[in-house]
Amino acid sequence: MASYWDRSTFWRGFRDGLPFVLVVGPFGMLFGVVATEAGLPLVQVMSFSIVVIAGAAQFTALQLMADNAPTIVVIASALAVNLRMAMYSASMTPHLGPLPVWRRALVAYSLVDQSYALSVMEYEKRPEMTLAQKTSYFSGVIAPVLPSWYLATLVGALVGQSIPDSLALDFAVPITFLAMIGPMLRTKAHVAAAVVSVVCALLFAFLPWNLGLIVAGIAGMMTGAFVELRTENKDMA
Amino acid sequence: MSESTTIWVIIVAMGLGSFGLRFLFLGVIGDRQLPEWVLRHLRYTAVAVLPGLVAPLVLWPAATEGQPDPARLAAAAVTLGVGYVTKNVLAAIFGGAATLFLGLYFL
Repeated sequence: MASYWDRSTFWRGFRDGLPFVLVVGPFGMLFGVVATEAGLPLVQVMSFSIVVIAGAAQFTALQLMADNAPTIVVIASALAVNLRMAMYSASMTPHLGPLPVWRRALVAYSLVDQSYALSVMEYEKRPEMTLAQKTSYFSGVIAPVLPSWYLATLVGALVGQSIPDSLALDFAVPITFLAMIGPMLRTKAHVAAAVVSVVCALLFAFLPWNLGLIVAGIAGMMTGAFVELRTENKDMA
Repeated sequence: MSESTTIWVIIVAMGLGSFGLRFLFLGVIGDRQLPEWVLRHLRYTAVAVLPGLVAPLVLWPAATEGQPDPARLAAAAVTLGVGYVTKNVLAAIFGGAATLFLGLYFL
């Protein structure tokens, strides 16, 4: 046990993770409120946040369930939103791959936007870190982040039970998504992917079973990849 | 299937799927590199799915029976704009919510 523990690095990770409580907290609370408003019982709201721990995917599932989309479309769309986790997993592997498998499973469970972003930055900044230090830093980051995600969902679910419908919560989900999309539009390729996704989603809205969204997702992805490739080639020329 | 069972199926499938994606390289594939074209597509998944999901909700809100609504359109524009400029998700949410409430009460 002791070989994976480095106290000062753990606390450095903890301090770096702490500010993200301010991001994760309100977001988790909003999920709790909206899911409760949608009629989910407390145990299902909490299960979502504990089992899935991925805000965007959870909101996606919630919205599609409200639209009465078929179960398979709900799952496929929500997992598509989570595909980026596979990229996170790939970039953590050179650093944490040597851990025993059950520790890697724990890392995988707690691999979220915040723990990935902070850890990768830290590992690249200090290439001399040992495996123990890398593990401790990762644990330090998630120590404040994960519990606040669970707790915030719980608070939101409890608050949600007493919120009147007139508060226009129907629009909480679109606003949350739009707020996440804004910062994602970092390059021309991202903007192009988003625009194509919107156009296709509207054009194919007539398709049954929310398949329009699947079409939009695939078209948007291919557009992003295509524009990125073209931009790169132009840079090289 | 009852509605509750369906939701449990969704929760369990999403849990297994999300864990699978997070464990894929750490636990299964290891250090082998993914082909460049796969990575190139993976980079755009979120930005390809979320806008498509949100567009019909903004244009045809269920709360107004699918009629475009100025307050909601304005709130959507402000949220996207604030998020794009500040890169701050919470600032965007608060900006959009404030716009929505101002719009609903004053328009």
